[in-house]
Amino acid sequence: MSADPKPLIAVEGLCKVWPNGGEALRDITLALPSTPQFLSLVGPSGCGKSTLLRLIAGLERPTRGTIGWPSAAAPAIGYVFQEPTLMPWATVFENVYLPFKIAGVSRRASRDAIMEALRGVHLEDAADRYPRELSGGMKMRVSVARALAPRPKILLMDEPFAALDEITRLKLNNDLLALWEALGMTVIFVTHSVFESVYLSNRIVVMAAGPGRIAADLAIEAPYPRDEAFRASALYADACVQVSAALKRAMGEAS
Amino acid sequence: MRRVVEAAAPYLFGLGALVAWEIAVRLTHTPPFILPGPLAVGAALVQDFPRLFPALVFTVGVTVSAFLASASLGLLLALVMTSSRWMERSLFPYAVILQVTPVVAIAPLIIIWVKDTRLSLLICAWLVAFFPVVSNASVGLRSADPNLVSLFKLYGASPLQEMVWLRLPSAAPFYLAGLRIAGGLSLIGAVVAEFVAGSGGDRSGLAALILEAGYRLNMPRMFAALLLISIVGVLMYALLARLTALVLCNWAPTK
Repeated sequence: MSADPKPLIAVEGLCKVWPNGGEALRDITLALPSTPQFLSLVGPSGCGKSTLLRLIAGLERPTRGTIGWPSAAAPAIGYVFQEPTLMPWATVFENVYLPFKIAGVSRRASRDAIMEALRGVHLEDAADRYPRELSGGMKMRVSVARALAPRPKILLMDEPFAALDEITRLKLNNDLLALWEALGMTVIFVTHSVFESVYLSNRIVVMAAGPGRIAADLAIEAPYPRDEAFRASALYADACVQVSAALKRAMGEAS
Repeated sequence: MRRVVEAAAPYLFGLGALVAWEIAVRLTHTPPFILPGPLAVGAALVQDFPRLFPALVFTVGVTVSAFLASASLGLLLALVMTSSRWMERSLFPYAVILQVTPVVAIAPLIIIWVKDTRLSLLICAWLVAFFPVVSNASVGLRSADPNLVSLFKLYGASPLQEMVWLRLPSAAPFYLAGLRIAGGLSLIGAVVAEFVAGSGGDRSGLAALILEAGYRLNMPRMFAALLLISIVGVLMYALLARLTALVLCNWAPTK
């Protein structure tokens, strides 16, 4: 990674120690360029991937270190959790409306953005349905639409498809890539799947546990758009081997 | 055919029990002041209706107002208690003390202190009924999905927005469960308080009527009053169950 004079996010010497003394993250330094990037955080469970995401979102305070936004004052952030995290009492439309509602924007003024986000995840016909009527994959799509509707500069995703079946997951991966290319935002994607991270990202940060730290920072040079053919390519296989090896080294260090 | 039999089963059983009861009373020549047969109770219900109906209206009035007071003040108290740890620490022990003190033991005091009979009965019934509302609503207000709480924080929601759009709807299933319990308890509270207060002139309810009928060995009237109390309780429960189903119809079956 060449040094970017004005990165989008500049994480400097970030440490997080829990009140009980557990050290979640030690000395994380990471810069994301202002050009849209698809970065995956890969690592064993307990390596602090989710904590790093929550820190970037401002949901936790760092113990030491800083998270800076050199190119603009803290830009709009979207967040997708491992669970769909929908409000069961609200329709799909009302769920996607939530960020606008909190910001005080009327339903009428946000209608177009909401419907466009729902079209983006192929759920424009489900606007009036309730979460209980939807399958797990559809709920996750709603969750993605809710995060994307306000057009965030940064989309944080915390193992969003981990609970879904393989076929649904592959489909959602392709949809996500299409959205990422269309919307031009930076995605930070937490996953424990090497294959998923290689398929999606142009940069993979491998983390080690105990305490959580960065073990490797790899670029995946394959061009976009990527499709199923990419999964069969030598480039894909090489990258998977590389990331797996980095992950293995990282886990070996820890034990 | 099977479904018809299944639906009719409870009615058939009830009818069979009534017939057996009537036959047993006739065969053993049990005098009505020991145990009246169902036909005698039915006759009393019709003959004594001019006395039973005002008593019914009185008891239902006390029960419903105690229930409404529990439902509103219980929710208010839960809101106050969940708004700060200090409030909860200060108030909850007293709510528990009020709950565990038998209403029969405090009812005489309240009846002496409060001049208006109706109001004193209402206070007694409220004391019995409000606790499940408070404790259920408090649990419910704290049960909001932590990820949704994070999302509200991420989008910069105010405490009021979080309360109205997230915590209150999350509490609804718990609150409604509390109301279902409180419905039955306010009837029990009203009846018990009335027993303690005795018959207070012409403005008295079904329990006072039962006492009076007991003194006069008028068992058919006693049973008729008892029947009316049961009907009130069942109706109360059925209405609240219907309300719950109506409010929660769009929610997920679990969670």
